[in-house]
Amino acid sequence: MTLLITVLAACITTVLWYKNAPDDTMKLGFLALMYWGASLMWMCDAIFEYKELGAEFFSPAAADMINDGFLGLSVVALGMVIWIVQLIVKDPKGIVKKAISKN
Amino acid sequence: MACFLVPTGEAIVTTILTKAIKSKEKADITPSKEEVHEAVSAKIPFSKKLSWLNNMLWGGSALLAFEHIWHGEVVAWFPFLTAMENPDEAMAMLHEMSTVGVSMAVLVTAVWGIMVMASDIIMKKQELDETAKLQPIAIDNDTEKE
Repeated sequence: MTLLITVLAACITTVLWYKNAPDDTMKLGFLALMYWGASLMWMCDAIFEYKELGAEFFSPAAADMINDGFLGLSVVALGMVIWIVQLIVKDPKGIVKKAISKN
Repeated sequence: MACFLVPTGEAIVTTILTKAIKSKEKADITPSKEEVHEAVSAKIPFSKKLSWLNNMLWGGSALLAFEHIWHGEVVAWFPFLTAMENPDEAMAMLHEMSTVGVSMAVLVTAVWGIMVMASDIIMKKQELDETAKLQPIAIDNDTEKE
């Protein structure tokens, strides 16, 4: 479930990045790469788990699925928080600088 | 258990490499502004390509570290990894790092390699298209002179 949610987030972010390319002022490329990196790592984890559990891997308990779903959503939220922090720190549009200098 | 530590280690190495290569590229490209612009637009600098790998490794490791905190495998107090409290679990953790962790790092690096290859092919194709577009104009100019 975590893998699935992260892959979906990676696909959506990549589409948004492609739509705005070559303009990457919003640093969507960074967010997409972060999600893809995590997706690849969880895919690796899933392959090893599948090797261990076999077909049982595809029929998880409902409680596990809910927990993994929450984890997946939390991971997506954390990724967005990291992206926003990076966006504010780098401030490609100079908006934060302007807002601070106004006050 | 602690599989994310392997990609994190690789991320540290690649980040240091990126910084070193970036400073070398800056030192190499000191001539005029036009020359710099031409060099940058004609070819993607290697430091830029390495930054794609850095983003994937750091981002993936950060999100995986969060997953380990969620499952109670990483804690805020020493030795930070719960598996380190028991020698049997520590051995299992090392085994997981050497199998799952290494595979994660290899897979991410392999995907990055494919990305780099694809970008090189696209850039080469673009360069060939541009030269093909310029050639007829050069021939026309020659015939006009004659």
